[in-house]
Amino acid sequence: MTSSTNTQKTFWQRHRLTLTPWLFLLPGLVMFLLYVILPIFQSILISFYEWDGLTVAKYIGLANYHELWQDDAFYTSLKNNLIWLILYMLAIPAGLTIALFLNQTVFGIRLYKSLFFFPFVISQVVVGLVFAWFYDPSNGILAVIYQAFGGKPPAILADERYVTYGIIAAGLWPQIAYCMILYLTGLNNVAPEQIEAARLDGAKGFRMLWHVILPQLRPATFIAIVVTVIGALRSFDLISIMTQGGPYGSSRVLAYYMYETALSEYGYRMGYGAAIAVVLFLIMMVYISFFLWRMYQQEK
Amino acid sequence: MLSTLKKLSLTVAMTTLLSIPAWAGELVINYDGSDPAPKKAFEEVIQKFETANPDIKVKWNIFDHEGYKTSIRNFLTANPPDVFSWYAANRMAPFVKAGLVEDVTDLWEKEGLNDAMASAADAMTIDSKKWGVPYTYYQWGIYYRKDLFDKHGIAVPTKWDEFLAACAKLKENGITPIAIGTKQTWTTGGVFDYINMRVNGYEVHKDLTAGKIKYTDPQIQKTFDHWDQLVKPGYFLENHATFTWQEALAPMVQGKAAMYIMGNFAVAPLKEAGLTNDQLGFFQFPEITPNIEQAEDAPTDTFHISSKAKNKEDARKFLAFLASPDVQTSVNKTLGQLPINKNASVDDDPFIKAGFEMLSKTKYLGQFYDRDADAEMAKAGMDGFQEYMIKPERREAILKQLDKVQEKVNSKQGS
Repeated sequence: MTSSTNTQKTFWQRHRLTLTPWLFLLPGLVMFLLYVILPIFQSILISFYEWDGLTVAKYIGLANYHELWQDDAFYTSLKNNLIWLILYMLAIPAGLTIALFLNQTVFGIRLYKSLFFFPFVISQVVVGLVFAWFYDPSNGILAVIYQAFGGKPPAILADERYVTYGIIAAGLWPQIAYCMILYLTGLNNVAPEQIEAARLDGAKGFRMLWHVILPQLRPATFIAIVVTVIGALRSFDLISIMTQGGPYGSSRVLAYYMYETALSEYGYRMGYGAAIAVVLFLIMMVYISFFLWRMYQQEK
Repeated sequence: MLSTLKKLSLTVAMTTLLSIPAWAGELVINYDGSDPAPKKAFEEVIQKFETANPDIKVKWNIFDHEGYKTSIRNFLTANPPDVFSWYAANRMAPFVKAGLVEDVTDLWEKEGLNDAMASAADAMTIDSKKWGVPYTYYQWGIYYRKDLFDKHGIAVPTKWDEFLAACAKLKENGITPIAIGTKQTWTTGGVFDYINMRVNGYEVHKDLTAGKIKYTDPQIQKTFDHWDQLVKPGYFLENHATFTWQEALAPMVQGKAAMYIMGNFAVAPLKEAGLTNDQLGFFQFPEITPNIEQAEDAPTDTFHISSKAKNKEDARKFLAFLASPDVQTSVNKTLGQLPINKNASVDDDPFIKAGFEMLSKTKYLGQFYDRDADAEMAKAGMDGFQEYMIKPERREAILKQLDKVQEKVNSKQGS
């Protein structure tokens, strides 16, 4: 009897356990393939073409990359990307400091925590606008401060020397809040017994932080680095809002330059834009592979 | 793979566009006038057109002005409307060359537009065919604070020396002579256009934007010598790269700046901010090289039929309707701009009248730097002009860089 029911089991009944997770994953996988994986290969393909989005695309081999190689604007963007990457890392120690500072139980601490987290909640567009007004050399608060000391305020967003730093400062504001919240949740999970034990052994202050608390915050640090690096590399909205890449293109980063050549009012060089996208993709790949490799090594 | 990508983007574009496929008797129009005045003007036109043609039902989509510049590429290839608005000269060239625009030379002949709209004929022509119908244009020039000029005893300058003297006097009295906001770099194109057209004349200017003359050419150097006379003494608004053109209107309203080189669309916001006709005036950009043939920037806005339109017959009717003197008169009255049809009449507004008088004496009309030059060249050019206005000492390097871009653009067009 039992053996006959076994043979009557349908394909679905036999493989239910293996198939169910895939079925649940299916919508996500399809979306991921369609909107992430496929476009990557399409971008790589388009980067070998000269295409304005209207007429027939023309195959030109590596000519787009060759042009990129000699393009000053490309190097300016690359350099700015690097500055972004380095300075954005400041968000991690700054976020940690604020998180340590806020990790105490006094009256109203929840309110303070939410106030510190506030910049991450508001849109990057709003952050950009607020900082642009803040920097305004005629009416901005920075100008008021300078004038109070009898100085002449610098036009931060109109000066090629300061513009990138000015935008990064605006970007750091929400990014620090983000890192702070990551560390705050991390601090919740720090084992109190270990701290107690360390205290009995006479550890306090910086030694306590370095040897006892930080190692336990490792997962939080890992996530904080990942989101900060990605945040720095895809910086686009702030630049678009605050300067539109100006003055004369000196605050462009790769993501913005790609948008400008491929999609902006004077652009429509899809192939050239795609070539920039591929370079940006490769830079991200290097970093992500390094990180995955390290994670793999540690788990081994 | 490319074709699948195209198809994909088409599907996306189709689902995002609001328009539904047309059937006979329905005319689909896409229009980019999202601001109050253009929207109102357009609504009036549609109403009149439907009254005059009861059998035609117009279905129109209004797009955001800036967003339209991107969406036009999607809808023209994916889901073409019967009629769409755009701009004249080189700005329409990519679409014409891609075969997306209907040739309307027949309409020009049938409706006698070659005569009635002679001034715009050149800007509508590519490969000796006409590709659309212009419905409005506006003058560029210098808007100034009459009261500030009176207070400091400055007369309206008509010659370059007088203009420089006026600037010097204003500066002495602590007033910024010329307001400008170059955060969006196109504003620099207007200044360049005027100085170059006044120094070298229209033909040289046209050859430059067509890529036939180099930016390091001695004639263009002379243009920059004159521009130097404004930039080096600091006659332009300080920190202009921080401001958009609208933000740079503020010092003019506050009386901290006296002049603004702009198109007529600057009048409306200036008046909204509180300036009256007694305070605000207009004059033509002063003469530099004597007896050169007069040329002005007067950007023209246009309507076209898409080559894949479903209802070309009614689309032609609409374009003819739009070209008629009555319609041009009423549209431009609402827009606060100038009609192209010479048989149309202009509004009483002093700025419109001043513009009309000036342009009716003008032999050559430029469209504007970023509509006359190739798009890639225009972008690099305006970036370069902005850099020059901040760092005039880099002039040589900037002009050499522009030559490089021009060469690249030329070689692409040649191929």
